[in-house]
Amino acid sequence: MIQIKEVLETIEMVEKENLDVRTITLGISLLDCIDSDVDRLCEKIYEKIATRATGLVFAGETIERETGIPIVNKRISVTPIALVAGAACKTTEDYVKVAKYLDAAARVTGVNFLGGYSALVSKGMTPADRLLIESIPEALSETEYLCSSVNVGSTRTGIDMDAVRLLGEIIKKTAEATKDRDSVGCAKLVVFCNAPDDNPFMAGAFHGVSEGDAVINVGVSGPGVVLKALEQAKGRDFEYLSETIKRTAFKITRVGQFVAKRASELLDIPFGIVDLSLAPTPAVGDSVADILKSMGLEEPGAPGTTAALAILNDQVKKGGVMASSYGGGLSGAIIPVSEDRGMIEAVEKGSLTIEKLEAMTAVCSVGLDMIAIPGDTKASTISGIIADEMAIGMVNQKTTAVRVIPVVGKTVGDTVSFGGLLGSAPVMPVNGFSSEGFISR
Amino acid sequence: MKKAIITVVGKDSVGIIAKVCTYLAETGVNILDISQTITGGYFNMMMICDLTGNKKDFLAMQDDLTRLGEEIGTVIRVQDEAIFESMHRI
Repeated sequence: MIQIKEVLETIEMVEKENLDVRTITLGISLLDCIDSDVDRLCEKIYEKIATRATGLVFAGETIERETGIPIVNKRISVTPIALVAGAACKTTEDYVKVAKYLDAAARVTGVNFLGGYSALVSKGMTPADRLLIESIPEALSETEYLCSSVNVGSTRTGIDMDAVRLLGEIIKKTAEATKDRDSVGCAKLVVFCNAPDDNPFMAGAFHGVSEGDAVINVGVSGPGVVLKALEQAKGRDFEYLSETIKRTAFKITRVGQFVAKRASELLDIPFGIVDLSLAPTPAVGDSVADILKSMGLEEPGAPGTTAALAILNDQVKKGGVMASSYGGGLSGAIIPVSEDRGMIEAVEKGSLTIEKLEAMTAVCSVGLDMIAIPGDTKASTISGIIADEMAIGMVNQKTTAVRVIPVVGKTVGDTVSFGGLLGSAPVMPVNGFSSEGFISR
Repeated sequence: MKKAIITVVGKDSVGIIAKVCTYLAETGVNILDISQTITGGYFNMMMICDLTGNKKDFLAMQDDLTRLGEEIGTVIRVQDEAIFESMHRI
């Protein structure tokens, strides 16, 4: 039978260490909505999402009350829109229309975000893919809940450098289109290499074409819980350190697995995967940077940081695999700068640079994430950053991503605030030497 | 059998267990196990309950106990036992 100390441990994880289920993400296939008429397509998409996702928010709230575990976000991911809308959309305006219907469907179901305004172009771009990518700045500036991603590379196919060049320009245009809100549009746009089909986390979630009609994916998070566990591992050897992370990851993942199964029952939709990602929030203690510090580094960025992150990521994955037969998504440690108070401090102290972050992305679960850069950074330089990051993912057979925000009107030394979970970030310096000749080939 | 874990945390005072148990008896909830500790002057009690005979639904009982907790100056949580089983048992 369950012991009182186990019960109190769980309650403490929630109350003091910010254990939460970060998201229940309902993946919905829109392939059966395809139509050659854009108005009919929009209606079908709206209808399908509104029908399928009815009850998602209510189910989330019910599980939250039954278990006492906070469920922070309820989200929807859909089939990459370039595939769904290619037959109907002849102009970027057509795509923006679809974007607005998606946004309206998100609003009516009460979810926090809807992801899947996406194109998969790791080998090449169809005209439909190119139009969708070109419509991203307008789509993101005119919607509230929509998130966009583009997969430009994979280990099997290599990297589509035309898409990389185009996305440098698109990120600049998105920043410009949302300049009145600190270029926040860029916070909803991710460029991927090896994007997973079942990732529940935003902004990069989409419902892959290999998935069924609808599926429940759950993302669970708990950097604060790992941090607390590591406090009593101070000074012990690497084996003890690894063991502690693994045990904690196990417990957290089990929570995710339980919630996913319960959501699946309530909604009568199959359960897909549990993604245990140590995803920080701006709350004190809910920080991957603080974990790195408790592992023995003075600040993230100090020599040894990449190795420490590798241990953390590896042990989180191993604990998670033991806890759930349905591991998936990204699973590991995520290092978004603006969402992690400890990372922000390390940048401000001069310990953490983009170059060091890039090295860290070779071993973390995603990539260069939520990094504010000067608004006057050239499009070709952004494409260069993307190309480097994609190359790391392609060669190492891992998911990598870039989510940088060239904040219009801001430069190094300024701070931008995106609000909520997106947090705030100091603008980081970017290497000023040109990549133009390489990117424009 | 559906089981719930009820925890009561707060400043120790006379009659906490009596009040919670009276409510559960009236509601038809059977208590399978009780344990308690006092740490730092705080009263921690845990009960494992069988909800088979529960006359109310889970969420209504949770609301009642939250209110009762406020009246007696404690925090009362009602949670599905399965979440603890998942987390602490292989």
